[in-house]
Amino acid sequence: MNDNTQPVRPRRSYGALTIEFLGSMNMAITLLVVIAIAAVIGTVLQQNQPYTDYEVKFGPFWFVVFHKLGLYNIYDSSWFMGLLGFLLISTSICIWRSTPHILRDMRQHRTDVEHKSLMGFHLKGEWRTARTDEQAAQTAGALLRARGYGIRQQRYDDHVVVAGMKGSIGRIGYILTHLAIVVICVGALIDTNLPLRFKEWRGEVKAETANIPAAQVPASSTLPASNKIFRGTVTIPEGDSANFLYLQLGNGYLVQNLPFTIALDKFRIKHYPSGMPRSFESDIKIFDNNNKKEVLHTTIAVNHPLDYKGYTIFQASFADGGSHLQMKAWSLDLPADKPLELNGTVNHFIKLTTPRGKRTIEFTNFKLYNIFPVDPSDKSGKKFRNYGPSFIFKVRDPSGEALEYVNYMAPQQVNGREFFMSGVRSSPAEPYRYLYIPIDSHGGIERFMQLLAATHDQKLLKQVVAHQVDSQVTGNSPQDKEMRATMQSSIVRLVNMFVAEGIDGVLQHMRQNVAADKQQDAMNSYIKVLQSVLGDVYVKVLRQDHVDLTHGVSNTDSRYFEDAMNAMAMLGPYGSPFYLQLTNFQQVQASGLEITRAPGKDVVYFGSVMLILGVFMMFYLHQRRVWVWLASVDGKTEVLFAGSGHRNRTEFETEFSGLQTELQKAVPPDVS
Amino acid sequence: MSVSSEYIAANFERPSFFKRLGWFDWVWAALVVAGAIYAHTYYAALMNSYTVGILYGASAAIIGLGWNWKSVRPLTLVVAVVSLFAISLYGSDIANAQHSFFLKYLISSQSAIMWMSALFVMATFSYLFGLVIRSDFAAAVGTALTWAATTMGLIGLMVRWRESYLLGPNIGHIPVSNLYEVFILFSIVTALLYLFYEQRYQARKLGGFVLLVISAAVAFLLWYAFDRHANAIQPLVPALQSYWMKIHVPANFIGYGSFALAAMVAVAYLLAERNPQGALATQLPSLEQMDDIMHKSIALGFAFFTVATILGAMWAAQAWGGYWSWDPKETWALIVWLNYAAWLHLRLTKGWRGRPLAWWALIGLGVTTFAFLGVNMFLSGLHSYGGL
Repeated sequence: MNDNTQPVRPRRSYGALTIEFLGSMNMAITLLVVIAIAAVIGTVLQQNQPYTDYEVKFGPFWFVVFHKLGLYNIYDSSWFMGLLGFLLISTSICIWRSTPHILRDMRQHRTDVEHKSLMGFHLKGEWRTARTDEQAAQTAGALLRARGYGIRQQRYDDHVVVAGMKGSIGRIGYILTHLAIVVICVGALIDTNLPLRFKEWRGEVKAETANIPAAQVPASSTLPASNKIFRGTVTIPEGDSANFLYLQLGNGYLVQNLPFTIALDKFRIKHYPSGMPRSFESDIKIFDNNNKKEVLHTTIAVNHPLDYKGYTIFQASFADGGSHLQMKAWSLDLPADKPLELNGTVNHFIKLTTPRGKRTIEFTNFKLYNIFPVDPSDKSGKKFRNYGPSFIFKVRDPSGEALEYVNYMAPQQVNGREFFMSGVRSSPAEPYRYLYIPIDSHGGIERFMQLLAATHDQKLLKQVVAHQVDSQVTGNSPQDKEMRATMQSSIVRLVNMFVAEGIDGVLQHMRQNVAADKQQDAMNSYIKVLQSVLGDVYVKVLRQDHVDLTHGVSNTDSRYFEDAMNAMAMLGPYGSPFYLQLTNFQQVQASGLEITRAPGKDVVYFGSVMLILGVFMMFYLHQRRVWVWLASVDGKTEVLFAGSGHRNRTEFETEFSGLQTELQKAVPPDVS
Repeated sequence: MSVSSEYIAANFERPSFFKRLGWFDWVWAALVVAGAIYAHTYYAALMNSYTVGILYGASAAIIGLGWNWKSVRPLTLVVAVVSLFAISLYGSDIANAQHSFFLKYLISSQSAIMWMSALFVMATFSYLFGLVIRSDFAAAVGTALTWAATTMGLIGLMVRWRESYLLGPNIGHIPVSNLYEVFILFSIVTALLYLFYEQRYQARKLGGFVLLVISAAVAFLLWYAFDRHANAIQPLVPALQSYWMKIHVPANFIGYGSFALAAMVAVAYLLAERNPQGALATQLPSLEQMDDIMHKSIALGFAFFTVATILGAMWAAQAWGGYWSWDPKETWALIVWLNYAAWLHLRLTKGWRGRPLAWWALIGLGVTTFAFLGVNMFLSGLHSYGGL
């Protein structure tokens, strides 16, 4: 034989090489880390938001790039699925490759071990004893058995081997954990919407993006009740029912039909004394779709879902289900008019014609309770305060611009006085700015409207202004007369501006017309004039109302005037042609239900149990092997005791040296 | 000649585990069982079959723990006696916290937790002092203070549990429901894990490192209590009203505590490794031993974190409608899990040891901390129970 020839490695097929690569430990560890990093992206970028939100956030270019990368629902994206797929394959190859080896290793005691290899062990002891090899083998075997080792003894021509093994069941842990990963992934795969997305890709299913009633959704966006896997939601108002769900798919939704109908009797929120919600509950009935018979009547709550024929029905959310509202609309442009009686329904709209043009009122929500934490400066000792019922609506003008309002039904206490409170904002991102209309001595809004009407009354206004100007400019010369006329008209203009546009309007006008250094003075004098003119108007209103003014205006009434002035100053930015006063309501709530069918769940749970068992077995049951090699030499017996522990080296070292001490006691070294 | 069974019995056989238990083990176990039975009968109206199962399961777990780690027995006895004393002082009036001397200054939950905080900080200084002046006595004082702190912390939680019921029958709940309460739990669990390894490996000088992370938790706790008044007992939001909380949260914190412990041992390892003959390295356990503690701790943490995540998934299936929704908290739990899975693979199959894994364990604590705190602070999601 030629010594120079290198051993030729057998050529291996590409398939075998691929499998080796996929099943390699480096591949597995890389995958674990890469998946972890990829998963981070989806927690930083909020998932499954409306696509328009992303477009606004990233701009048209990056929106498309990120969309192509699947970043908006990353955990459904094909590349993330691919990564998980690789992990699945890698793990499977590991199991397939290692399992036979492990199973063999668990059974074999390796009595055929060679002396040479035992000598190479880190843990070993050698001595010579006077006992025969048979005696020594018996004793060693007994000792090891007493210490929990399984024993095999084998006699060869020139030696005896006692092989002991313990804790080999722990090796099963490896198989269990890795198999568990495969089982969990397969179970989870069953529950994904992959088949659905495949159908979407084939064009058999198309996500609906328009906001239309479920009944009008075309068949291509509707799934039959026979579908076995889904997770969807539906919102049912009290007294109503539904036999379908909405499933989210990409940027749209699908309608999933159900083989039964769910009716909502009642939705309840219970509160703690502090006002925090304690429970959300729905009383539901289930009807068979075929015979329309009621099959179940029960209550579901958060953490207490209903399992019905493989469907699980959860209490997921709540909303207003179309509460009926009765309102008075007080015109802010024609305050002398009687208020208009309106009836509205949440989630519906009504149209009105106002002096400012056509307006649409969209009622978006009604809340029975408004419990907010009190300001820390509040010394009442209460932590929360209930502001009572409120409703939210949008007022939209013909150009589509809308302002959002929240109006509270009951007057609210602010600094010891009571006000009707109405908040306004132009976008949900802003906080509400509040209009506080003071309540009059009868607890109503009427006096404020009278005052407002009086300020709109040009005849009255001119009369009051003329009276004031006359008392200030008394002369009768033509200049005096002209001055009086100018003053009159400019004061009337100022008051009208204030009434129409609020204090903001006055400010804006002044900024355009008065030099910067004189603005402060001008503003002070404007306010003085406004106060005195409107004060006189207010006194006239009080007289009309038969208020006794023989002792002057009372403190309460003068504070009312200040509050009313503040409210009027806010009317410009308030932006609505009317104030809606809620007079009565009938609350209708809606319950948001989530209904799922997840046949893979049990598979996942089975895998989870395997995983837990496997992990604990792997970490806390260690396979250990020891060998006692006995050879007769010159009537004595050579003893070689060696051991190896699978993992957990330090602990095995202690155990081994203990065993060695015991063995040396039982099979003592020959001292002669 | 064969070896007779008498010979084996006389020379090799050790008494079985149960025979090796002393009378105190049995009396103590009987007390634990009696306590569980009393709680079951006395509070039957407040429990369902799951909570009863958890009660007896927890009792069995405590007995198993105490039989294998004897120090647990006196700890549980002291905690039980003092907690019962505090509960008896309360009677049925929460206002007694202000009137009773013991409650006001020692064992109302808030006082006990403040004592725990102070003792942990003192223990940290003792350990570090022992390290600096090479004093075993100072380190022993550190150990005693850590035990005392753990005891006070557990008393604090037990009494807080009772206090929550005194606020109102439907407000009461186990005190593991918000960030304030779990930080106490975290401190206690980490301390107990450390004390276990300290006893097992005579690794007293590691205390200064491990207690640092506990002191950091205590600092957060104090800021959270004094600046944000987070110590007030709040009723549970509907999503948290479940027996799952009783097992999901503690399992999670055994995981978090173990990972924190491993990271702090990693710090000690890295410092000792820089100068193996230095003053620090000669006082600490051997590098190999610290590497081993790190591994054991991460293995324990990984096992419990696996359990906790699975329990969390099962709870999510009941509360949120799916066992996995890629909620930020779920996703971060997976990230932590994958991170330590990679760590364990590197050690167990690639045979990595020492420095790189110590660094990885330290970075792992960063990942864990983000999963624990960062998600609540920076990301929105379903699991937002402990916002700052």
